[in-house]
Amino acid sequence: MTEAEPLITVETLSMSFRRHRSFLARLTGQPIQIVRALNDVSFTVARGETLGIVGESGCGKSTLARCLVRLPTPVAGRISYDGIEVLMLDATRQRDYSRRVQMVFQDPYSSLNPRMTVGQMLGEAIRFHGLRRGPEVEKRVGELLDLVRLPPDAKARYPHEFSGGQRQRIGIARALAVEPECLIADELVSALDVSVQAQIVNLLLELQERLGLTVLFIAHDLRLVRHISHRVAVMYLGAIVELAETERLFTAPSHPYTAALLKAAPELDPARRSVVDAVRGELPSPLAIPSGCPFHPRCPIAIDRCWIERPELRELAAGHIAACHLATA
Amino acid sequence: MTALAQTAVASEVQPLLAVRDLRVVFGQGERALTAVDGIDFEVAPGEVLGIAGESGSGKSVTLRAILRLVHPPGHVSGRVLWRGRDLLTIPEAELRRVRGGQIGVIFQEPMTALNPVLTVGMQIRENLREHTTLDAAGRKARAIELLDHVGIPAAKSRIEDYPHQFSGGMRQRAMIAIALASSPKLLLADEPTTALDVTIQDQILKLILRLRRELAMSVVLVTHDLGVIAQTCDRLAVMYAGQVVETGPVTEIFRRPRHAYTLGLLNSVPRAGVMRQPLASIPGQPPLLSNLPQGCAFAPRCRFVIDACRQARPPLVAVETAHKSACIRHETVAAA
Repeated sequence: MTEAEPLITVETLSMSFRRHRSFLARLTGQPIQIVRALNDVSFTVARGETLGIVGESGCGKSTLARCLVRLPTPVAGRISYDGIEVLMLDATRQRDYSRRVQMVFQDPYSSLNPRMTVGQMLGEAIRFHGLRRGPEVEKRVGELLDLVRLPPDAKARYPHEFSGGQRQRIGIARALAVEPECLIADELVSALDVSVQAQIVNLLLELQERLGLTVLFIAHDLRLVRHISHRVAVMYLGAIVELAETERLFTAPSHPYTAALLKAAPELDPARRSVVDAVRGELPSPLAIPSGCPFHPRCPIAIDRCWIERPELRELAAGHIAACHLATA
Repeated sequence: MTALAQTAVASEVQPLLAVRDLRVVFGQGERALTAVDGIDFEVAPGEVLGIAGESGSGKSVTLRAILRLVHPPGHVSGRVLWRGRDLLTIPEAELRRVRGGQIGVIFQEPMTALNPVLTVGMQIRENLREHTTLDAAGRKARAIELLDHVGIPAAKSRIEDYPHQFSGGMRQRAMIAIALASSPKLLLADEPTTALDVTIQDQILKLILRLRRELAMSVVLVTHDLGVIAQTCDRLAVMYAGQVVETGPVTEIFRRPRHAYTLGLLNSVPRAGVMRQPLASIPGQPPLLSNLPQGCAFAPRCRFVIDACRQARPPLVAVETAHKSACIRHETVAAA
């Protein structure tokens, strides 16, 4: 898989936001605060691959997902998709890129237009990109509903008439309406009940197989990510700290943060309980990222060097990289 | 045999809390919705009881009903026996001594449960004033002690902070400190870690377990996360469509579930070593309370269903000592 030319290459992608300053803060001349949401993020995704991205809230995983579809455009770095320089596209070519890379959002309640029927919503997407004409559109809408296993009569109904799981199916159908090659799924099933989650995961796996989709699966649920992904990237405070093939990452993590994250995830086996905290402390504010290794204040094995020098991502073994001074393969 | 087994268990320990035929109905007449449909359970001294279920299963409403926090059009019936007194009928004044006193509560979203215009210290002291005999100086010292006890660093300097100055995890710790102020014998926790990150969730759950040990209190933990149950609870009650469908020791239920729904839930969670294989999902979705099927509420989604399941609602019966199931097919489920 690593041999082939990657479909997506992301290089040193950075994104920052200016923090809103209150009137008083401006009057008293307090400095502008910058939130560094992404710091030099680099990775590749092969065609047909599922790359999982995990991390806690505020680690930048959703910002990364949004930057990939230029919502918003990142401040620095490079995204190459199938040989195209994404960040340099003009409006017309951008439209084609937007069709090929589709995002499915976390919240099926707020990402669908409540005033449009499912049929109108899907039809609009198909017509906008000129994929079908006239009666063909209707036919395609029927195919899409069938693809995501919604009943044909769903066409004439509004989003509020559906349950959470069904709405997420509509979201997927809407993304697939424009025949994309790549899906970016940001917390696709997080809002759903466990029994319904499994249905959507199965649907995603099946569709990927059938349509040869490349998937970026962003989630905080480690069990799900492990189940779905070929490779997994772990993010902490806006940077990738470890990336490896799924089973390797989950069975032999090299970065202490990955290890802590895995240990903190509650195991389904009541016989295996631990009484000590997996990791101490809380996530530092992205306004004040710690010096050296950003994880050092919480790290159980930090040495003096970690306070001063920020570790670069190093290759520990083929396809396994980690940003830790002390990591070994 | 079953009656014998039940008496044996009951005589072992006197439950701290006993819920009998608890029913919560919203609205009246034709359009009445039954959110909790006649459930029974007990909480023993010092034990952690988990109540698991998906959204709309009635688990949170149950917790609120115990403390008479269900308001009209909701109507609660049944009995909630707390040390022999029925919380549903005692006078309001007495209830107030129990609620927030002997029984503490923490909720899912601390930001909405905490008062945003009072400092954390004031909120702890308020509870101390209500439920202890400490004087002002004593309350102040005790508040700092409590904050320190729940793991807030530099408690002394943070006590006069407002809730918005705390992170999500710290807010949940502060809420636990408020609940602990009255030294409760029972802590009711409604999805206490659902809004938190996994490393913080881990810390909060371990904190609750440590406090349970140190203060010898019981805990009722409502959650949708089976991992959380597996890691923290002694006993479990699984709810579906307003009913308790299975109850028993956590280790036993996880090893050998005796209800088709519990089995389905456990199988829906991805496990290691079966990468990218279809998950054993439960087809369909939970029924609407306005449109409950006759007989077993899970029957339309159940792969073990037989005609008898659709006839009448199966009662919750003992299948083993201290393990009950409301599934006619529990033997087949256990063998699956």
